[in-house]
This record gives sequence, C-alpha cells and structure tokens, in this order.
Amino acid sequence: MTSLAIFGADLPYWAQSLLRVLGGAVAVLLPAGTIVYLFLFKMMSFMQSRLGPMEAGPYGSMQLFAEVGKWLQKEDISPTRADKRVFRAAPLVVLMSTFLLVAVVPFGPDAYFTDFDAGVFYMLAVSSISTLGILMAGWSSANKYSLLGGLRAAGQLIAYELPMVLSVIGVVIQAGTMNLQQIVVKQNSDEIFGWNGIGFPYILTQGIGFLIFMIAVQAELTQTPFDMPIAESELVSGYMTEYSGFRFLIFFIAEFATAGVFALIASILFLGGWGVPFSWFGWAPAGSHEIDNWMNVGGPLIMLTKMMVLTGIIMWVRFSYPRFREDQLQRFAWKVLIPVSLVNIMITAVLKVAF
Amino acid sequence: MQKPRIPGLLKGLGVTFGTMAQTLKPKKLGGGAATVQYPREKETPTVRARGVIALREDNCTSCMLCARSCPDWCIYIEGHKELAPPRRAGGAPRKVNKLDRFDIDYALCMYCGICVDVCPFDALFWSPEYEYSEPKIADLLHDKTKLGEWMETVPEAPELEAGAEKKKGK
Amino acid sequence: MTDLVDRQKLSYIAAQAADARLNVELETEGMTLNIGPQHPATHGTLRIIVRLDGEQVIWAEPGAGYMHRGYEKLTEVRTFPQVTALVNRIDWLGSFANEVPFILAAEKLMEVEAPPRAQWIRTILFELSRIANVSLFLGDLGVQLGAITPVFMAFRDREYVLNLIESATGGRFHPNFDRIGGLKEDLPAGWITETKQVMKKLRNFCDEIENLLFGNEIFQSRLRGIGVIPAEVAKQYGLSGANLRASGVDWDLRRDQKIALAYDKVDFKVWTHPDGDSFARCWIRLQETREATKIVDQLLDGIPSGSVMAKVPRIIKVPEGEAWVSTENPLGEMGYYVVSKGDLGPFRVKIRSASFNNISIVPWVLRGVYVPDVISILASLYFILGDIDR
Repeated sequence: MTSLAIFGADLPYWAQSLLRVLGGAVAVLLPAGTIVYLFLFKMMSFMQSRLGPMEAGPYGSMQLFAEVGKWLQKEDISPTRADKRVFRAAPLVVLMSTFLLVAVVPFGPDAYFTDFDAGVFYMLAVSSISTLGILMAGWSSANKYSLLGGLRAAGQLIAYELPMVLSVIGVVIQAGTMNLQQIVVKQNSDEIFGWNGIGFPYILTQGIGFLIFMIAVQAELTQTPFDMPIAESELVSGYMTEYSGFRFLIFFIAEFATAGVFALIASILFLGGWGVPFSWFGWAPAGSHEIDNWMNVGGPLIMLTKMMVLTGIIMWVRFSYPRFREDQLQRFAWKVLIPVSLVNIMITAVLKVAF
Repeated sequence: MQKPRIPGLLKGLGVTFGTMAQTLKPKKLGGGAATVQYPREKETPTVRARGVIALREDNCTSCMLCARSCPDWCIYIEGHKELAPPRRAGGAPRKVNKLDRFDIDYALCMYCGICVDVCPFDALFWSPEYEYSEPKIADLLHDKTKLGEWMETVPEAPELEAGAEKKKGK
Repeated sequence: MTDLVDRQKLSYIAAQAADARLNVELETEGMTLNIGPQHPATHGTLRIIVRLDGEQVIWAEPGAGYMHRGYEKLTEVRTFPQVTALVNRIDWLGSFANEVPFILAAEKLMEVEAPPRAQWIRTILFELSRIANVSLFLGDLGVQLGAITPVFMAFRDREYVLNLIESATGGRFHPNFDRIGGLKEDLPAGWITETKQVMKKLRNFCDEIENLLFGNEIFQSRLRGIGVIPAEVAKQYGLSGANLRASGVDWDLRRDQKIALAYDKVDFKVWTHPDGDSFARCWIRLQETREATKIVDQLLDGIPSGSVMAKVPRIIKVPEGEAWVSTENPLGEMGYYVVSKGDLGPFRVKIRSASFNNISIVPWVLRGVYVPDVISILASLYFILGDIDR
C-alpha cells in the first residue's frame, strides 16, 4: 500500500515528491485561509455585533486575497541593529514547523504523506521547532518588547509542551501504538460494549486528556488567554513587533495554519480521525479496497469538518477571554495541567492492564 | 443559599455566542449588526446635529460678530458699503453693508456653534449635512456661494419637550 | 487589606534581596523600558519610564506633557463662551461634564443661578457623559487585558448615549451646550422616552460586561490583589473619584457638596470597596455606571417645567472676583478656579483635572509589580490623556 495510491499510478519518485509538496501546501494554506476568513474575519465580527469585511467579493470572501496582496506590496523592513540573517530566517523556521507537522497527518486510508511508526513522537518533537523560530525573532529584532515577547514565548511554549506530551501518552497507551494512522484505525475498529456504530473515539475514555490537550494547544498557538508572547496591549506585538510585509504574512499564515494542523491532530488522537462516525456503513479493517477508495475522498472532508469545529472552539475562546499573566500561566501549567495529566496516565495504564 | 454558580468562563463564552446569534438573526426579527455599511446605508443625523454651517446671505450685514467670537478665527469676512434705493419713495438712499467675501475654513472650525448663536440677524444656521470631505485640505474653505447652498439642507427646529417654555418671537 | 499591602511589600523586599545577592555574583543590570509615548496601553501619549529587573518593575515614573495644549493659558485670551467650547476638550470622553464646573464658577461670580429646569437637564447630561465615559473604560479594560470583544460592545452601546447627547445638544463629543445662566436650548420632543429606553440598554450592557469580564476567573486573577492602594496613601496622593472610593474612602462630591445641580433631588448609592486593588477600581466603575443610569431615570421623571435660561445680558462681562467650583466628574474631582477682572474673558483659570492627580500615584503603585500588571494597573487607574496634559 503506497501513499497517494488514489492517483492510481506508480509515479516516479520526483513526481511523488512534487505531489506531496503540493498536497502539503494545500493542506497548510487552505485550512489557514478558511480559518482566517471564517473565524477571524466573520465569527469575530459577529461576536462583536458587526459584519466584518463585506466589500471584497461576496460577503467579503476575497478579503484575504486583498490582504495578502497588501502585505506583499509592503516594504520588507529590518531594523538597523537587528541581526539580519537570523531576523529574516525566523518566520521561515516557524512556518517550516507547520509544514513538518502536516507531514504525518493521515487524511484517509491511503491519503497521507508519510506513514511511520513514531508519528506521535515526531509530531510532538516537530511542533516545538516553532519555539525556536519565535525565540530567534525575539532576540534578533533588537527591540526590548520583542525580546520580552520572545523570552515569554520560550518559557510558555516549553511549559505547555509537557502537558501536551503527557495528555497524548494516555492515547498512546490505549491504542498501543504511536503510529497516527494505526491510532485512527484502532478507534474505528474498536467497539463500545459490543456496539460498533460509531467506532470508539478516544475522547470517551480520554476526556481529561482531550481537555488538557486542547488547553495546551491553545497555549502552544499563543492564542488568548495564553497570548502573553504577543500581548499587543503590553508588548505591542511581542516578537512580531518589528516584522512587516511578507515576513509578517508568514508569521500570520503559520499562526493559523498551525491552529488548523493542531486541530487535525486533536481530531486524529481523540475524535477518531477520518473514520468516525462513518464506520456504520460497514467498516472493515483497513485494506478492503472499495471502502478505502471512498474514504480517501470522504476522509479529508470528515477531517476538515472536525478541524473547523475544533478551531472554531479555539477561536471562540480567543475572542472571549482576557489573558493570563506570565507567572499565572506557568503556575497553571506546572501545578494543574501536569499533575492532572500524570494522574490521567496512571489511571489509563491501570485500566489498560485491568481490562 | 445562593443558586449554583455557573463558572464565569462559560458565562463569557455564552455572552459572545449570544451576540453572534443576535448579529446573525435576520433584520426582520430585530437582529442584525450594530454597524451600517456606510456608503450604501446611511444613518440620518439628528436634527440638531452640528454638521455644517449654512449662510443666508441676504440677512448678513457683515457686522463681524461671528468672525470675532470664533475661538479659532476661521471665519473670513470682507464687505463694503453700498447705497441702496430708499425704502419709501422720495427718501434718502440707505447705506447697506454688502458682503464681498464670507469664507469658513472647515479645516480649522471646531464646530462649537458660537458664531450661529451670536449672529443677531439670523444669517447663520446649522445643517446636519456631514458629507463634504475633500481630498485637498484647501478645498475645505467654503466660500459664500457654497455656504449659501447648504441652506437647502437646514431642517426646521424640532418641537420641544413637554414643559419647555415657548420661545418668544425671534 | 493591610496584609495584602504587607505581602506586596514583603515580596518586593524579598525579591530585592534575592536580586541583590544575584547581582553581586552576576553583575546584572536593569533594563529601562519606555512604555509610551506611543504605546497601545497609554490611551494617547503618556510616557511611563520603568526600570525593569527581569519583568519586575523596580522604578517607574510617568512623563506627562506630550499632548500639552495650554488650555490654562488659552483661557486668558478667550471670552467666556469661547472658553466653554475649549474646556470641552479636556476630558474628551465625558466632555459635557467639563463644562459644568466652569460654568458654575462663572455663575457664582455673576451671582446668577440657572433655573431649575436647566439644572435638571444639566444633571441628566452630566450623568449621560459619565456613562459615555465609563462605559468606554469598561470596554477598554478588556483590551488592556487581552480580551478583544468587550470594547466593541462598549462602542456599540456608548453610541446610543452619544446619539442622545447629540440630539439634545448638537454635538456628539463636544456639546458646548452650557451657557452662563442656563442652557442653549431646551430638549427636543421625545427625548425623555428615548433616554429611558437607552438606559435600559445600558443596564443590559453592564450585565453583559459583568458576565463577560468581571465574572471571568482569569480576569479576577489578573486584577485581585494587584496594585493595592490603601486609603491613607490614596488620600495623600490626592486621588479622587472611583480610584479613591475603591480604597474604601466614602467621598463623593455629588452627594457631599451643595451645588446648583439636581443631585439632592435623587437618592443614589455611593459605592465603595474595601480592597483598594485594581479589581475594586474597575468594579466601582461598573457599579457607578449602573447607578448613573438609575439617577438619569429618576431625574427624567421629575424635570420641572419652565425656562432653561436665566436673565443675563447678551454680552457677558463677569464681575471682578474669584471662584472655585469642583464637581464629581467621571474621572474624579474636576475643578476650576476662575479669576475675573471684569472683562469679557477670565483673567486666569486654574484647572484641577482628576487624571493628573490620579496618575501621580503611579511611581508608588508600580513599584515591585510585573510588566503585565503595569498595564492592568494603569488601565484600572483610568486616565484620559487630555485630562492629564490639558
């Protein structure tokens, strides 16, 4: 079973790579654009009793292109005293982390970029590369606000990496594998007390883990209430203060694309990925080809729906809450989230052995 | 005992969701956004709104009271004396002040309304018209013809609230 | 309350001691951060110079004057009606409230008193401008703390109040409606019923803000116990308004002084809070907005009929003398000391604006707090830059 088998041909290696790169670009940019339009432009506006962009295209749907055009035209300024090379590289590092993340996400039985056994491990490792990029941006900007923002970001992202890892471990224990594709298959083929109507999404047993994961994701994405590194009313814009034009756009895309990718990963780990809730039409273990081919088309759609719901919640929280203070945020991670997730792991392990 | 408390975090989410529902509700049912899409829809300003000053040139005697009372001196008046035909046949010709120039610089005007108040001959009026922005700041200097055109937009003074003393004459 | 302060001081001393030890070893030096003049948290161009040790403030100083417009000097070369138009612009969010004490001072010199109807309408508009001012504070508070939605709600509902002020006075921001001896015009028909509806909307807005912000656990944890100002310190620094009442001092000029406004005709509660922290200051303002809507409702029911203008000459010359009148403005005590030499304009006017005194406590209260708290404390002190710099 090769990846991209949906295209139905054994392509040469370069063509496969090209397709993967294109697919990756689509998988990153399409959700990012949709999220920005649907949630940042529209949902936020509705929550603030206004209509948001209405002029560019029907209901302002072309606004994003206008914005991108505007950013591309702007001058690429770097401060005189900035460390130019690092300053320019930083946004790319952040975006790279997003692209690397999407590489392990399975969209369907055969629709994935790579399929390897340490998927969860890889995902957690790669997601912290963005911390590096943010720290680089903060240091190299030669701006006190950026520096404060960068340091806050580093502290925060490391603190919230831990609960994220720990909350995922529960799922890994239950599934018995670290392969993301296998986790999805497992959730689809398991049954709830003999009833296999909707498979067995792990949110049912790992509810606490899911909650912790989503909180950690919120922090990892530096969205309100965890947006200390950006904190536009205190640190102006934190590590992004000195960026303009194209490089700011990259930060912007990375922010929302990462939100989408994390939502995808959450839906894989806890909500049954591309399968659930459609196992009722006769889910057979992966490999039976008629269903596989259907799911290769339906799976990405299911994933997209789940992603939209989850990012919707992320954004909803973002638009409603004020932000934490830095020390409160650290205290919350170390004194609440980590102990709770450790307890969760323990209980999961005991139950796994017991049943 | 007090009622079981909903956590404030959930209440906050409820408020934003409620506002979203209100915005998405069709206009007929009393919903809709608080904003208007400006160039397409317009809000009518109130009758008393101080939008632009209109000039009734015939009433002006170029007495300069308005120009002197303006806090930032944005009114420019020039005039000359002219002989007008006498009121009654056989009388001596009257001297009238003829207005040559009456400019208001809206780039300077702070819309305080003192000139309108101070005018003893009812030559200046407020109009609620507000759409006269210009690409060039020099074009904000309205001369007397332009100020005269604003007269068409001057509304009737509104009825007063119950209990108010009726104005005598004027 | 006192143990909160003690805790704050003790933690500060402990932090200093720890840092001193560290400094001996590592020779670290503090960082000077300019918050402002251009900074989103300063409502304009206030500059706050802070010396930081990590993220802890060890020294802070406000640098005012970036927007000084010289109103006290301008008043010397303007006539009384012109000064009324100018002083509107001091606290631009509650501009009607700026006119009232000045006009009252001038009336005191002239020994005229506005007719009762004018006094009632003045009081109503005074409270409306308080609502317009403080409701924006309630929204802006969210922005300072990172919540973006409340400010839009504040602007949405403040718009109703501004519309009311506009339909009565003609000016949304700068009414310039007061005249010596009364008001420019009477209210337009239908204004009273409209105002009553708007007051209902604003009470609803207060509830929304309470649910969205004040009940939020994150919000509370950000503000409770932060920036505690004990009553004695507040008095020493000359705080006034909600900042003073939040420290537990029961002092409100609306109730405490006999003045030619209709406050003695209504009963209202003066809210105080024992804590003196940032949360108390914000909470007091929320309650005052509610109280103001109730005051307006009560006043609307009993407006006496009659003229709105006393008999005064058309060209006003204020007789020689000196007068001081201060009122409880949205931001605190605002007063004018008017000296007249019998001319068309005042000889000298001293303006006591609330924000200038309120931010004088900044060096005291910011010592030992963290950078995020600097913002929340400044937000809770609530200053309008025009009110500081005049």
